[in-house]
Amino acid sequence: MRRANTTRANMIHGNAIALVMSCATLLFGLGCGGSGGSSSQHTTITTTGSNVQPITVNAGPDGNYTNGAFTSVTVCVPGSSTCQTIDDVLVDTGSSGLRILSSVLTIALPQQKASDGNSIVECLPFVSGYTWGPVQSADVKISGESASSVPVQVLSDTDFPVPSACSDQGTSQDTLSALGANGLLGVGNFVQDCGGACVSTGADNPELYYECPSSGCVVTAESLASQVVNPVALFAADNNGVILELPAVSSPAASLTGSMVFGIGTQSNNGLNGASVYTTDDFGNFTTTYNNQSYNQSFLDSGSNGLYFLTSGATGIAVCPDAPFFYCPPSTQNLSATNEGTNGTSGAVSFSVANADDLFNDNPNAFVFVNLAGPNSLAGFDWGLPFFYGRNVYTAIGGKSTPGGTGPYWAY
Amino acid sequence: MKRLFFRSPLRPSCAGLRAHSAAILTLLFFVMVITSLPAFAGLGEDATSISADQTRLRGTLRTTKSEGYTVHEIDSASGTAVREYVSASGKVFAIAWQGPWPPNMRQVLATYFDQYKQALPATQHAGRRPVLIQQPGLVVQAGGHMRSFAGRAYIPAMLPQGISAEAIR
Repeated sequence: MRRANTTRANMIHGNAIALVMSCATLLFGLGCGGSGGSSSQHTTITTTGSNVQPITVNAGPDGNYTNGAFTSVTVCVPGSSTCQTIDDVLVDTGSSGLRILSSVLTIALPQQKASDGNSIVECLPFVSGYTWGPVQSADVKISGESASSVPVQVLSDTDFPVPSACSDQGTSQDTLSALGANGLLGVGNFVQDCGGACVSTGADNPELYYECPSSGCVVTAESLASQVVNPVALFAADNNGVILELPAVSSPAASLTGSMVFGIGTQSNNGLNGASVYTTDDFGNFTTTYNNQSYNQSFLDSGSNGLYFLTSGATGIAVCPDAPFFYCPPSTQNLSATNEGTNGTSGAVSFSVANADDLFNDNPNAFVFVNLAGPNSLAGFDWGLPFFYGRNVYTAIGGKSTPGGTGPYWAY
Repeated sequence: MKRLFFRSPLRPSCAGLRAHSAAILTLLFFVMVITSLPAFAGLGEDATSISADQTRLRGTLRTTKSEGYTVHEIDSASGTAVREYVSASGKVFAIAWQGPWPPNMRQVLATYFDQYKQALPATQHAGRRPVLIQQPGLVVQAGGHMRSFAGRAYIPAMLPQGISAEAIR
């Protein structure tokens, strides 16, 4: 009898602890600015200002993109009023540089030439393939911001023949159906897409830039100033980074609108506002800890269309039978991980993994899914666009000073 | 045809006759070096030439022996590390990579490259995401972003007993 009472008392005590812990988790989740969009009390969307550009998450120009944030970019022949506004350009914090499909470009931009007069063309590897095409020069205008003579990549497999070393990377991303967008607006942590390695004439050059005489394209060294560049870094003002502001998502939706705000702490509408700064390493990564394992090649990337982490073998979550690149748990999993910057700042992130097959089957007209997730390589967590729902996410450019310190960093 | 595991060494651009001659000499040098080296082994191939590749790539080679297999790691000058998993019978059953840029995927995947490329386009639910190909004869997992890539590829049927797929990294 006495023993039974003790047991009962322990059970009550245990339940009380569990209740307190649940409340703490809930409060902590709210304090962190949202758990995959389920709570977003701290998110405000800046909608006006000369440094504010609307962004929309929808199916994109090919009508089938899931979790893609699109915007418009105006490009002009440098120094002229010959301009074109390109819609449906994907906003990508995971890369740097503006890339436009040749098939949607109707104005002729001047070609970048090497000192010997040959055209400069780039092969940029992405995870599943490459973009290939000439480097051309444009004045770039977004919202009230502008940058002059920006090296951009025009994506085309036909203007210059694709070298085998480039096509060896996988599939071409140079068509609307492959890219799912009219272009990529890379507003990531780096100024240039390649950086110092591509300036080198030695064996450490990763061979991204080519010059193309009529006899065929050969690898060349490319100066920093000539490389394809994050246009934000060349803006006359508000050039130290961007904020993506998207509202929370509680259920699958056809579209979602938010803002891309240029500059960090340069105007009254782009202060850090209490966001925590997570600095990255030289490669643009920080550490995510999940189930007591730390993964130091984790990153935030608006250009990834889900929450991609670990593998089915490591998480115990089944992949979908017909689409092994998504997770399909029998019921929605509510999970937590901790992000830590190289500056030591750390914070918990709550997120959910739903059954992707059910999401798509039950919501055939939706393209916004906060709990779409899938496996990654072992390298770590790829916090894609769903992470951005219900948060203001700051991406600071490397070497640029901000009120939160010098980039590169993310803050949220 | 000899394979270059990483992309070919940077060829200098040339302006003028003197530079042109130098370029021809350089090209000849590379042709001689390349043709005198055996091929690097890709996925599913015989591992025969790892130290020679290491010399050509001016990279460092580390070899780790485990029960049932050997891991050869080559760190290239461009910062990308590639690990070859070689079975006791000398076949490459898995390859993993990590670095600022991906290695040449055709050379990594060798005869499996076409199968890989065919499996890549997933027209349903389009979007940019990591690669995950899971077929009975080939598994490829690759992820990352500009300046940081990682991945692995293996042939499930060739995995030696005692090594889990998770260990390939």
